Amino acid sequence: MTLALLVEQLFNGVQFGLMLFLMAVGVTLVFGIMRVINLAHGSLFMLGGYFLMAALAWTQSYALAIPLAFVGAAAVAVVLEIIVLRPLYRRGPLDQVLATFGLTLFFNEAVTVIWGREPIPLSIPPLLTGSVEIMPGSAYPLYRLVITAVAIVAGLLLYLLITRTRIGALIRAGSDNREIVAALGININLLYTLIFALSAMLAALAGIMMGPLLSVEPGAGDPILILALVVVVIGGIGSVRGALVGALMVGIFDTLSRVLIPLAIQTNATSALVGMAVYVLMAVVLLFSRTGLFAAHRG
Amino acid sequence: MSEFLLEIDHLSKAFGALRATDDVTLAVRKGETHALIGPNGAGKTTLVGQLTGELKPDAGRIVFGGRDITALSTARRARLGLARSFQITSIFASLSAEGNVALAVQATEPHSFRFWQPAERIARLRAPARSLLADVGLGRVGNVAASRMSHGQHRQLELGMALATRPRMLLLDEPMAGLGIEESRAMSKLLASLKGQYTILLIEHDMDVVFSLADRISVLVGGRIVASGSADEIRNHPGVRVAYLGEEDDDLDADG
Amino acid sequence: MTLPARRGALLVVLLALAIALPPYFGIYYVRFATQIAIYGMAALSVDLLLGYSGLITFGQAALFGVGAYAAGMLTVYGVTEAFVVWPCAILVSMLAAGAIGALSLRTRGFQFIMVTLAFAQMAYYFAQSLRNWGGDDGFTVPQRDHLGPLALTDHTTFYYVVLALLVLVALFAHRIVRSQFGRVIRGIRDNERRVAAIGFPPYPYKLVIFVIAGGIAGLAGALMANHAKFVSPATMSWQLSGELLAMVILGSANSLIGPVIGAAFFLAFRDVLSDYTEHWMLFFGPLLVARVLLVKDGIWGMLLRGVGIEEANGSPKLDYDQSADPIADAEPGASR
Repeated sequence: MTLALLVEQLFNGVQFGLMLFLMAVGVTLVFGIMRVINLAHGSLFMLGGYFLMAALAWTQSYALAIPLAFVGAAAVAVVLEIIVLRPLYRRGPLDQVLATFGLTLFFNEAVTVIWGREPIPLSIPPLLTGSVEIMPGSAYPLYRLVITAVAIVAGLLLYLLITRTRIGALIRAGSDNREIVAALGININLLYTLIFALSAMLAALAGIMMGPLLSVEPGAGDPILILALVVVVIGGIGSVRGALVGALMVGIFDTLSRVLIPLAIQTNATSALVGMAVYVLMAVVLLFSRTGLFAAHRG
Repeated sequence: MSEFLLEIDHLSKAFGALRATDDVTLAVRKGETHALIGPNGAGKTTLVGQLTGELKPDAGRIVFGGRDITALSTARRARLGLARSFQITSIFASLSAEGNVALAVQATEPHSFRFWQPAERIARLRAPARSLLADVGLGRVGNVAASRMSHGQHRQLELGMALATRPRMLLLDEPMAGLGIEESRAMSKLLASLKGQYTILLIEHDMDVVFSLADRISVLVGGRIVASGSADEIRNHPGVRVAYLGEEDDDLDADG
Repeated sequence: MTLPARRGALLVVLLALAIALPPYFGIYYVRFATQIAIYGMAALSVDLLLGYSGLITFGQAALFGVGAYAAGMLTVYGVTEAFVVWPCAILVSMLAAGAIGALSLRTRGFQFIMVTLAFAQMAYYFAQSLRNWGGDDGFTVPQRDHLGPLALTDHTTFYYVVLALLVLVALFAHRIVRSQFGRVIRGIRDNERRVAAIGFPPYPYKLVIFVIAGGIAGLAGALMANHAKFVSPATMSWQLSGELLAMVILGSANSLIGPVIGAAFFLAFRDVLSDYTEHWMLFFGPLLVARVLLVKDGIWGMLLRGVGIEEANGSPKLDYDQSADPIADAEPGASR
């Protein structure tokens, strides 16, 4: 285990964590403000990757494909919000879980119908291939650094949006009291649609950026969704700060455990332990605080 | 043993900058009917929450029957004899009125890990339930689904459930809330019948009931107890009138 | 005929159909009916948690899978006596449910759903990692267990055994739900705050029902291992958990029979549509969404209303026996 390898894995962990953050913050915002559990969030991640692939095939240019993919994801999100999510705001968790689960089933099958079952590899944009020497003797892929930077920028923009703008104030107010915000003459429906679209675009962004790394396939969003949910449980529902801290914890913990555990324990059960490590972390956090580390709302 | 059944000792709870409960000290004697009054937003709900164990105080303690219950769960406190009725009706919608009270009776048993006998056939639960329903004026409607009852009947059911647990003390949270004239009179009589049998902490807005029933009254304003004493003392207390009615001049503008 | 008696008559009719019809139509349908009964049992366990306790679990498939793996492994090791293997599977899944429940039940609502989902996923990864047991591909079970002297290789015999177990489980669950314990559990579903306020600590009761439901799911899993003679991590997937929830709600939650009907509907839907297209999920997804958004009740509820047994206004199911004599039972010490 060299230092260079450890540093590289740490970078990977942070990068993975930031991707999870983009997913988790969407989940936590939508639940914190609209009180909706959206299991179809993983589908938006998956659709981001698929739309990128489709746009690439059509335009042959990343510069065009990326914005197109965003537009596609945003369009899907808006339609979803109006048709399926809006009736769910007043319903209980069971209805929300089942309806969005149904959506996930639909989307997973729909991409299979259109693009088939096989995973489709995407290549890294030509400008971003190559590597950077982060430490003597250690070359780290440029692409991974770039998407890490993009995620950080997205996070900062989100922070500024929520804390410094009128819309952000409305978002925070809307989470406390729908009726008052509506009474102020602000269109709650529009606000919620915007929030949902925002969360969907963050998920799609993660999907677009991970596309070249993970390859695009039906159900690609499901394991990511589950990890994002673990992040929200650890970080606390409704807390953006919790989503960040939780995501970094999960990202780093997961990545490092995949490397370190096989080194420490050489048994048949190793791969089981590796996959389970994150859930053990979640269990430990739950024992410590049943609402997560930074719960903004009381359950 | 102390003459006080409930002692609240320098209790404090803040939500951020808002001091919902500000160094509250209050004691209720055994057998006493003690009313807690105060304007809306005074912190009564927060105080009740801390008494029942749903909220954790930042500082202070609560002693019940000589025992420090500050860290105990809601269920433990109920088992020790502190029963509570809810301001906003809180019943079991899928059961009948009798079922609701029977479940409260069931709670007095050491445990309910009994899986075989259908509960609706167990006489030792139904008989006390029926008699309690009669006591609170619901004797004829035992078999009605609780979800179908009127608001007034709900308030009676609330009381019945609290009584069913054979408590030492009743914490009644606005039992008169939303009642019409006839219903208020009936509830008032019912409460009067309980006086003396139980130690009662009564939270109420209805001043007629408060002044006719309470042995002592405490006034909660802005999270603090601003006055505590007999009905006459409170009636004539200048601070209370200001807190409730605003400055003297406003009296003339107020309705009624 | 009183309401409960009419409902009982309808159930008897359904049971008679379940006994007579499948063999009449042939082996394929017997096997299909067996599958319905097994998934119905698993869905019933979900209803115990969902409909009766208010616990929305997205992880019941994990307990189903644990039962399947336990039964499969024992049979591979040569233990083929069902009277040993099946209770073992139940026990193992109850232990697993105890472990999962002990942690998850400390959370509520949204968190509980996510935590059960996460633990189910953990079980799935664990199963995938079992290299000696086929990893992701799973393993085949060499033979069905035998129930004492009764061999279960014949599909029809096996079907009747599974059906009998389903009926037993349903009766057992029905009993529990009406008991004192069941009252507390339903109280927790209706109003957990009030349950605590009258003196019941909710956590132990929730844990017990969670373990009971886990045992039932484990039995269903063991039966599945016998039915398919094949066990794989797919039996633990969160998609299956979601499908079980869907079966409950399609059939009518809070009814014990509804989930079985929901299972029948789901499997029939899949069976019929996959003859036309492998992409039948494309239709099931929206169907589920439509059911949630547009329809108030499940199939069993609609059936009861259609036959005139329940009220039409969707009021909450009344859980007390309206035929009990109010006078005679009022005397203290009246005969039970």
